[in-house]
Amino acid sequence: MKPLALFNKDWQSELRTRYAINALAMFILVTISVILFSIGSEKITPYLTGGLLWVVIFFSAMSGLSRAFVSEEERGTTMTLQLIASPSTIFSGKLTFNLLLVFLMNIAITILFILLFESFTVQNYSLFLISFFFGNIGIAISSTIIAAIISKASSKGTLYPVLSFPILLPLILTLLELTKFAMDGDSVEKAFVEIAVLISYDVIMGTASYLLFDFIWKD
Amino acid sequence: MIDYKIKIENLRKVFGRRLIFDGINIELNSGSIYGVSGPNGSGKSTIVKLISGLISPTRGKVIHTINGNAIIEEKLHNHLGFVSPYLVMYDEFSGLENIEQIMKIRGLKIDYDYVTNLFDEVNLKERKFDLVKGYSSGMKQRLKFVFALIHNPELLIFDEPTSNLDSEGKEKVYKLIREEREKGKLIIIASNEAEDLKQCDTTIDLINYKKVN
Repeated sequence: MKPLALFNKDWQSELRTRYAINALAMFILVTISVILFSIGSEKITPYLTGGLLWVVIFFSAMSGLSRAFVSEEERGTTMTLQLIASPSTIFSGKLTFNLLLVFLMNIAITILFILLFESFTVQNYSLFLISFFFGNIGIAISSTIIAAIISKASSKGTLYPVLSFPILLPLILTLLELTKFAMDGDSVEKAFVEIAVLISYDVIMGTASYLLFDFIWKD
Repeated sequence: MIDYKIKIENLRKVFGRRLIFDGINIELNSGSIYGVSGPNGSGKSTIVKLISGLISPTRGKVIHTINGNAIIEEKLHNHLGFVSPYLVMYDEFSGLENIEQIMKIRGLKIDYDYVTNLFDEVNLKERKFDLVKGYSSGMKQRLKFVFALIHNPELLIFDEPTSNLDSEGKEKVYKLIREEREKGKLIIIASNEAEDLKQCDTTIDLINYKKVN
């Protein structure tokens, strides 16, 4: 499997350079610390902690997930990749790498939220896990294709959150709604429309990204 | 013997408002070495990138055929070996690890005898376990030849193949180029070096294609 070989290359490279993992870990640590300091001894509502969870996830994704393509462009290895693999292999390999990063990052953030915020209480765990699973896939797909677009630009750091915001907004809004349902203890059936929207988002973004990647990758 | 052909039709490349070249119509056949010459900025690297499918032409097309069958652009990397000073290997891996990772991504089975033999041919056998970030520029250039030849491609494109190499390294490269030609491969060398161009059967001077329409 060529995409898995590319994923393995990226993972081995990440373990040696810590290009994305360090940035993500530091960002998560700093953001959660700032939230904790600003709250102090105040009691915050569960809805607010649910909202803060996705805010931290969105900005953490912005700080680390662009690395999949940006690191290749900065090191000058983009051409090497073009010479050894087809665009579909490259997209699939990079997407797999970002999926792993998103899941690791979001599991860490959620565990920290459960441990540090008393009011972060989920009543319906299965609904939360469904939203978490499909939400992570959506974040990984969107951030991979946006990373490919911005890797060719000169002001990568600024462009990434700016481009990501309108693309990730419908996803984040749906996830906020689903987290609210999960905190209220509503059933999966009641949240069916939002789950359908979430899955549709993943399918549409996945298909569009796969089809458009050829054009983004060349030149 | 494999019959590899490249047909370049009415090729034009413009960067912004600057014309690089126009009206290139050439046919290149396997078993020959073609040179691409021209002064700095004449588009030598641009034309080899166009032939390799790394960038798109402004107008015209490059058609690759193998035994009469056209190769689709998505599959071109399987038939192409490329060496240039602007090609970069992964610094965090050793020379051997770079080649192993590349072979796995290409979907090839790793034949360590063949790999070691190639490292030996470019005088890197003793340093293949060292990280690439510790390589000199000449050693990095030698590694690129292993990278280009590892999948035994029918088309070899060398952009300034002897840059950063010492005289012994240059001789090794010329020997390697001659051996690959004898195997019936199509070789393109883009260079300004007279010694590099001496290896070629035909030389295309890009200065002849700088007309403005």
